[in-house]
Amino acid sequence: MASRLSTSNRAGWLMALPGFGLIVLFVILPFVLAFALSFTNQRLVSPNPTEWVGLSNYRALLGVGVLHLEPERDDAGNVVTDENGAPEYPRLRSFTRNNPDYPHLAGMSEWFFFDRGEGRTYVLASDVVFMRAIVNTLIFVAVVAPVQAGLALVLALLINQRLRGINLFRAIYFMPVVVSIVVVSLLWRFIYAEEGLLNNLLASLTFGAFDGPDWLGNPRTALGSVIAMSVWQAVGFHMVIWLSGLQTISPTLYEAGAIEGASRWQTFRYITWPGLRNTAVLILIVITMQAFALFAQIDVMTNGGPLDSTQTIVFQAVERGYGRQDISSGSTISVFLFVLVLSISLLQRWLTRERR
Amino acid sequence: MSVIDPSNRGLQLATRYVVLTLIAVIFAFPLVFMLVSSLKPDDQLLRDTASLRAFLPVGDLSLQNYYAAFDRAPVGTFILNSVLVTGVTVALSLFVCSMAAFAFVFLRWSGRDLVLGVILATLIVPFETIAIPLLLVVSKLPWIGLDGFSLGWLNTYRVQIVPFIADGLTIFLFVQYFKDLPGDLAEAARVEGASNWQIYRKVVMPLAGPVLATAAILKFLVMYNQYLWPLMVVQEEGRRPVMVGLQYFFQLNRAWGEIMAYLSMITVPVLAFYLYMQRSFIASIASTGVKG
Repeated sequence: MASRLSTSNRAGWLMALPGFGLIVLFVILPFVLAFALSFTNQRLVSPNPTEWVGLSNYRALLGVGVLHLEPERDDAGNVVTDENGAPEYPRLRSFTRNNPDYPHLAGMSEWFFFDRGEGRTYVLASDVVFMRAIVNTLIFVAVVAPVQAGLALVLALLINQRLRGINLFRAIYFMPVVVSIVVVSLLWRFIYAEEGLLNNLLASLTFGAFDGPDWLGNPRTALGSVIAMSVWQAVGFHMVIWLSGLQTISPTLYEAGAIEGASRWQTFRYITWPGLRNTAVLILIVITMQAFALFAQIDVMTNGGPLDSTQTIVFQAVERGYGRQDISSGSTISVFLFVLVLSISLLQRWLTRERR
Repeated sequence: MSVIDPSNRGLQLATRYVVLTLIAVIFAFPLVFMLVSSLKPDDQLLRDTASLRAFLPVGDLSLQNYYAAFDRAPVGTFILNSVLVTGVTVALSLFVCSMAAFAFVFLRWSGRDLVLGVILATLIVPFETIAIPLLLVVSKLPWIGLDGFSLGWLNTYRVQIVPFIADGLTIFLFVQYFKDLPGDLAEAARVEGASNWQIYRKVVMPLAGPVLATAAILKFLVMYNQYLWPLMVVQEEGRRPVMVGLQYFFQLNRAWGEIMAYLSMITVPVLAFYLYMQRSFIASIASTGVKG
């Protein structure tokens, strides 16, 4: 077909140019700028000229150091303990502030520590909040991707039955997808509140035995609560994609399976699942990309708190790039996020490649 | 499944419906709760959460919360802004993206494959990773309007519209659809002496109904639900869309009825539209899963 098309350079460029030009200006230019700005000290508005600062943004964001300390000992060589009997350690500040012997730890603060033998090993970071943001985001992705993909598949299998009124159920399961995540987040803030719907329902179901926490106000439950709500909102989206994958599987395969006397599990394992391969890869990559972008839920529900337990990478990028108008730091986070998303997508693609 | 005892079939069927219904309750009840609560005064709303009354329109029902929400924030302005921004973006997007896709599928020109390749490559760039540098870009862009030359797009409608007109996914959807149209259609029209523009307008676009619906629905959902972008680029109250307007209700911890009223106002139209066009909505999402 293509060979019969007449060459029309002028018309081709003219018709593609509005779309292509807009994409260049509003996607490709900022994408390239993100890399360039991450090596500068650009601010949104600044009286000073922008300067090239090399890798210092990356160091300030991602710098990590390890420091092993022995407990303090008195002159007799005994470990000095505090009133609770715990050994005392030299103050971290004496290593991280103006200590010429430890230049690589300058400006860092404690991220976490673990005791090893007699001593204690501190892991320090230039930006502890951002480290927490990375960890929280990775936890979110690691939980949401498999759980949401799995639940979506279960729902798709349920909906794929031939039953009267099944379209009604499909419509209901999909409903949260068309509701803005911002609306959902504010609604669930009430559901999760200490005197909120969830706790009240749980209390009445258990005849008052259950006394629920303030789900979003507790560092131990906050991220989990955000995860549960996010899955609730988006699972219908991926259910529909599974469903369209299910419908591409030829019915004759199922008939053949039925004739062979395949059990329900065998039918799924040897007919349905192989037919869903490509869908599975696509869904995994799409959910992962969406999950890394976690922002609105955090902004509406927790603001990153309590105690940074729900900080995320994008939330940090916005807080710096927009909140503090520090474009260079926000851009550095953007570049980091892009590289992270890309490498994880490539990894997923490689892990799920077809083995022959 | 292997041996089906006929007396069990009714039971099995009933079990299936029970399972389906329980799941439906999980998905529907938070939204039902939102709607029902928006009609209740705050003290009753809180009391009702202790029982199933939370999901029932019972007790002292009124539109009082809706009036109060309008008093608290310029709700009408927010809704108008959202409708304007969403409507204009969807319309321009359909035009610009379908025209580009036409050039990629029906015309031959040097650079075509490269340009299409670059556009499709942008699909792996999440918006969140370009939002911050894009903020810098739009803060510096010039504009020539009725009131002359100006610099910077912040606090305008165009900053909410123009960056979202063209996107890789919409162009991809049109390209996929156009590829499946019979190629000789365009050829035949060309032999008749039709110009490229006429072929696009009179031959191809009249056949593009399904993909137009798909692209429009996806764009509508993205635009109406925009949050991060308008949050950053529009501080001026008079230009803010509904999702950002929601911030007026963040701080309230006791006026839950008002919050529910606002949430219902900005959600019910979309839900109604969805329920009315359910098949098209679901087909749209499904088509994003079609591999090219």
